[in-house]
Amino acid sequence: MARIVVVTSGKGGVGKTTTSAAIAMGLAKKGHKTAVIDFDVGLRNLDLIMGCERRVVYDFVNVINGEANLNQALIRDKNCNQLYILPASQTRDKDALNLEGVGKVLEELSKDFKYIVCDSPAGIEKGAYLAMYYADDAFVVTNPEVSSVRDSDRMLGILASKSRRAELNMEPIKEYLLLSRYDPERVESGEMLSLEDVQEILSLHLLGVIPESKAVLNASNAGIPVVLDEKSDAGQAYADVVARYLGEKRPLRFIDGKKGFFRKLFGG
Amino acid sequence: MNQSSILDFRSGTFFAPVLVLYSNNMEMISQRLQDKIASAPGFFSNSPVLFDLSELNKNDIKVDVEALISLLRKLSLFPVGIRGGDASQEKRALELSVPLDSGRSRGDAILLEIQKQDDTASEFQTVVREAVRTPAMMITQPVRSGQRVYAASDLVILAQVSAGAEIMAEGNIHVYNTLRGRALAGVQGDIEARLFCLDLQAELISIAGIYKTSEDLKEVSRKKPVQVYLRDQALIIEELG
Repeated sequence: MARIVVVTSGKGGVGKTTTSAAIAMGLAKKGHKTAVIDFDVGLRNLDLIMGCERRVVYDFVNVINGEANLNQALIRDKNCNQLYILPASQTRDKDALNLEGVGKVLEELSKDFKYIVCDSPAGIEKGAYLAMYYADDAFVVTNPEVSSVRDSDRMLGILASKSRRAELNMEPIKEYLLLSRYDPERVESGEMLSLEDVQEILSLHLLGVIPESKAVLNASNAGIPVVLDEKSDAGQAYADVVARYLGEKRPLRFIDGKKGFFRKLFGG
Repeated sequence: MNQSSILDFRSGTFFAPVLVLYSNNMEMISQRLQDKIASAPGFFSNSPVLFDLSELNKNDIKVDVEALISLLRKLSLFPVGIRGGDASQEKRALELSVPLDSGRSRGDAILLEIQKQDDTASEFQTVVREAVRTPAMMITQPVRSGQRVYAASDLVILAQVSAGAEIMAEGNIHVYNTLRGRALAGVQGDIEARLFCLDLQAELISIAGIYKTSEDLKEVSRKKPVQVYLRDQALIIEELG
C-alpha cells in the first residue's frame, strides 16, 4: 500500500508546488517509487516545475472520466526513473474532479507506488478538499507571516475534521510543518515571524525550514526540482526534509542569519 | 430609593427533573414515585418537577391531568410545567396554575421515566431510569481556526484554541492550554458560568452574553492561568494560584 501525502497550505504562493516537486523527487531519489499528482485543475503548474510540460498528452481529468488509462497519463520523470507525474488539466475547472474518481485513481496508483504526493491547490474549496481527503500524511507549507499561519491553522482544522480518516474515525492524518521562504535576517529585524512564533501558534511537528533562496526561482525556470540542486541551501533543506520524513535525525539548518556570526563577533 | 433599584429581570436557568410518563395508571405511577422518593428523600422532597405527556399522546393514551397534578402535590412535588400535552390538557393544567413548557429542553438535567406498559406482560413492567447531569464535553485535539465547538454542558479542552476558532458552552469552559480564539460560556444565560484558561490571548470572551474583546484584554498578563466570571454584570478576570 502506498502512503498518500498531501502538500497543502490554504494560502497561495507559499511554495506548495515547489515543495511537492522537491519531496516527490527526494523520495524517488531515495529509491521509492513515487507519483506526484497536480490537483490544481485549471491552473496547472506542476508540469512546469518538473520540466515535463511538453510531454503532457492526457491528464488527471481524462483518467477520471475514463478517456485515458493511468499508464497513458503518467509521465516518467527524465531525471529519475522512479518518479512519475500525473498532470492536471489546464482547460477544465475543479468541478471536473469528484471524490469517487479521485479515490479510484489513488487506489489504482497505490498498487504500484510507494508514495503518492498530492499537490493541493490554494484555498479550502473543492480542489483542496479532494487533494487532502484520502491523505495519510500532510505537509503543511507555511510562510513566516501571520496570514499564512492563520490559513495553515484553518487547513489543519479541515484535515482534522473533513478527511476520510476523520470521517471513518481512523487514526488521524499525520501533520507536519514545513516553514518555507524563511529569511533569518528579516526575522531578526522583526519583519517576519520567527520559527518559535510559528511553532507556538500551530504546535506541529516541524519537518524542516526552507530558506528564502534564489535557487528556488532558478529551479522553477529550469524545470528541475530544487532538491536536485545539491549545492543550494534550499536544495539541501529539502533533502533534509525528505530524510527526516523517512525517519532520519538531522539537525535544523538555515535558521540563523549569515550576519549572526559577525554580530556575535562585534556584539552588534 | 430610585425606580431602578426595586427589581430587575435577569436571565437564568434552573434544573428540574422531567417526569416522562408512559402509563396512565395513577396507582402504578404513585407507587413508582413513592419508591423513587424513598430512595432519595432529600432530593425529591419539595422538588419542582416538569411532566411530559408526549409519549402518552403519541400512543393515544388518555391521562387525567387533574389527578396527576394532585398526585404530584400530594407527594410533595411541585409541578412547574407541562410538556407535550394537547390543547385540553394544557388548558386544564393552566387552570390548576401549572404553566406550559414548549419543550425546548437543554439536555434534560435529570430524567425520570416511568416505563410504558409492556403489551405482552400481564403486569405493568416498570423501569425507572435516572440520568445524571450532562457530562462535560471533552476535547483533546487543538481547536483550529474556523472550527466551532458547542457544548450543551461544561466544555473541557486540553489543547490550544487557535485564533479564528469559536468555542461555546452552556456551562463553564476550561481550556488547559492557550486560548486565542473566541470563548463564550453560559451562552443560554447562565450568569454563574465561568471561563478558565492557562494563557488568555482570546479574541473575545463572554459570559452570559457580556463580553470583552481583545482590545479590552490588553492589560491582562499573559502566560498565567486565569479565571473569568461575572460580578454585577461585569466580567472579572482574575489570576489563579
